[in-house]
Amino acid sequence: MTSLNTAPILKSKHLLGIEGLSPFDITALLDLAETYVTQGRASDKKTALLKGRTLINLFFESSTRTQSSFELAGKRLGADVMNMSVKTSSVSKGETLIDTASTLNAMRPDILVVRHQDAGAAELLSRKLDCSVINAGDGAHEHPTQALLDALTIRRRLGGFEGLVVAICGDVLHSRVARSNLRLLSMMGARVRLVAPKTLLPADAERFGVEIHTDMKSGLAGADIVMMLRLQLERMSGAFVPSAREYFRFYGLDRAKLAMAKPGALVMHPGPMNRGVEIASDIADDVVVSLISEQVEMGVAIRMAILDALSRGMS
Amino acid sequence: MNRRIAFRNARLIDPASGLDVKGGLLVENGRIADIGPRLFNDADPSDPEIINCHGLVLAPGLIDCRVFTGEPGAEHRESLESASAAAAAGGVTSMIVMPNTDPVIDEPSLVDFLMRRAAATAKVRVLPTAALTRGLLGETMTEIGMLQEAGAVAFTDGDRTVANARVLRRALSYASTFNALVIAHAEDPELVLNTSATEGEFATRLGLPSSPSMAESLIVERDIRLVELTGARYHFGQISTRASLEAIAAAKARGLPITCGVSANHLSLNELDVGAYYTFRKLSPPLRSEADRAAMAEGVASGLIDVIVSSHEPQGADTKRQPFASAAAGAVGLETLLPAALAVMHDGRASLMHLLGALTTAPARIFGLPTGTLAKGAPADLVLIDTDEPFVVDAEKLHSRARNTAFEGRKFSGRAQKTFVGGECVFDRAR
Repeated sequence: MTSLNTAPILKSKHLLGIEGLSPFDITALLDLAETYVTQGRASDKKTALLKGRTLINLFFESSTRTQSSFELAGKRLGADVMNMSVKTSSVSKGETLIDTASTLNAMRPDILVVRHQDAGAAELLSRKLDCSVINAGDGAHEHPTQALLDALTIRRRLGGFEGLVVAICGDVLHSRVARSNLRLLSMMGARVRLVAPKTLLPADAERFGVEIHTDMKSGLAGADIVMMLRLQLERMSGAFVPSAREYFRFYGLDRAKLAMAKPGALVMHPGPMNRGVEIASDIADDVVVSLISEQVEMGVAIRMAILDALSRGMS
Repeated sequence: MNRRIAFRNARLIDPASGLDVKGGLLVENGRIADIGPRLFNDADPSDPEIINCHGLVLAPGLIDCRVFTGEPGAEHRESLESASAAAAAGGVTSMIVMPNTDPVIDEPSLVDFLMRRAAATAKVRVLPTAALTRGLLGETMTEIGMLQEAGAVAFTDGDRTVANARVLRRALSYASTFNALVIAHAEDPELVLNTSATEGEFATRLGLPSSPSMAESLIVERDIRLVELTGARYHFGQISTRASLEAIAAAKARGLPITCGVSANHLSLNELDVGAYYTFRKLSPPLRSEADRAAMAEGVASGLIDVIVSSHEPQGADTKRQPFASAAAGAVGLETLLPAALAVMHDGRASLMHLLGALTTAPARIFGLPTGTLAKGAPADLVLIDTDEPFVVDAEKLHSRARNTAFEGRKFSGRAQKTFVGGECVFDRAR
């Protein structure tokens, strides 16, 4: 089953960030993704929409769920999918990235999905390649497909975004997920709060039109959605946060802190989780409050919708 | 149990309210129950224990914001118990102790240990600070949130400066998340490495390895910028130069949350007092020029310097009976803090009210303590002071285990006569 409507959805041939999308673009993508949720739950999950098209996954950072999600999305739409994992250690930044881009360009892919540790990498590739580029995460800049899958998950559960209070908690400073989510959710009318110790808050974050909180109590008060962020291991041993146990004590989501949110509040996490650091196991595993598994399912559907949308402009 | 103590015929001085009157004060169950000019004037109250103050000054007990002890790890120099005996004899009812012990106080369990030891052995209140960086190494921040919950009143590397501005920036930013107070020691570690005196004519004559006094103001100025960036509450534990004072004055004028202290040593002595390589006057920072010392007295008088501290730092003969350059720095000071501060009054530089404020109300405000006041309901931490009693400092008569006073043989006027903590008499000079 494919979407019957084949009218263009996105103005750009690339998806580099939430910035640049309009509320209409987002709503259209979410609507389209609904059909792929249905398709993903059918016994025959495959169509031939992208038959003959080539999708390359180019990941400069290791990834399990984003890469496999794109691979599955591409395959379910009938595209040929190739995974290229590049060892970070052998890459000497800009120059090599351009070289890699020229090599790939010669292979004539239709869609390139790229993740890179440097902000702006996807943007740079989009200027050098003839194909569509999808940003699967560039440094601490954007991770638009994550924000879109989160939006799809939220909309399916709560019906919309207007007036929702969403608390994004944890390592906002280094998080592309947070940056894409706060852009998308604010644009769609949600009230976004960032909750973190000051060492993990980016400068001038309030300029995004969000509320800043440094303690979970006030940050979670009345929240409909509590979105936890991953804290990288190397950042919890004294540089940004003194220790994992102190982080969990003050910023880890456990029952007591969740009780400060609105009754029935839902919990999200982009994964992979650090149990006992940013989230307690009993919350992560509680199917009543945790949307974490649902986020993964919606990830495949939204990526199918994005591939569909981008393919509509292709010759 | 309703234990009552009546102080009558006192000169009541409360810097918290500006009160300076003759009158009486009633203590009930360890707290100040009543105070006033007419209290116990006419008739002796029937039931309470009565202390006739004979017109002496009754003031809030002193809060010493900078005390090093040897517990844990060097109890042979000074334990919490011996330091507290010195404190009580000096009119000090609260000691804020530095984390430079062995092991370093950088774990919540160690804060807990220190508080239990103090409760079991010390005569006065002991308020622990915790390290700002693990092991005082200046590399990674400590668990400020959990240490604060455990009872740490501030965070500091004690007599060490955090050299790395990136580490300090993040530690301050993290501390401000918890509204925690950070105490700095301002000496550029590279400029003062292996030096023992202030650079200048005197050090040149003595041939001592020396560092420029700007080694202090350099760090003061750097830290002010970091406070401006992070919004942390910041206290310079002890400053000693005019340049530092001017930088802090400008920062305060800009509204930054900065306070500072001066040690009784730097308020009373200058570099010339090192004399013939007198190691008991080897300090960190080193004694300064007379111009800088005079600036400290001016700073106290103007209020730009918020608190006066003892910087009590016990050393033994093993560490002090050495050639000057090899000797350890530091001097004990709990028992000379009040006399040194009173000397500023006798010099006509500042009022008694103002000086007592720098020893009681100001530290209570900076550290958020309920003491440092004679207000009704406050803990009955009190000191009875004879502001004029002349005496000569005799190291042999000090109550601390360590005897390395910088004031041996010094003539002072005025000292504590009786000291009370929570209404309990912990020191009585008449006994």
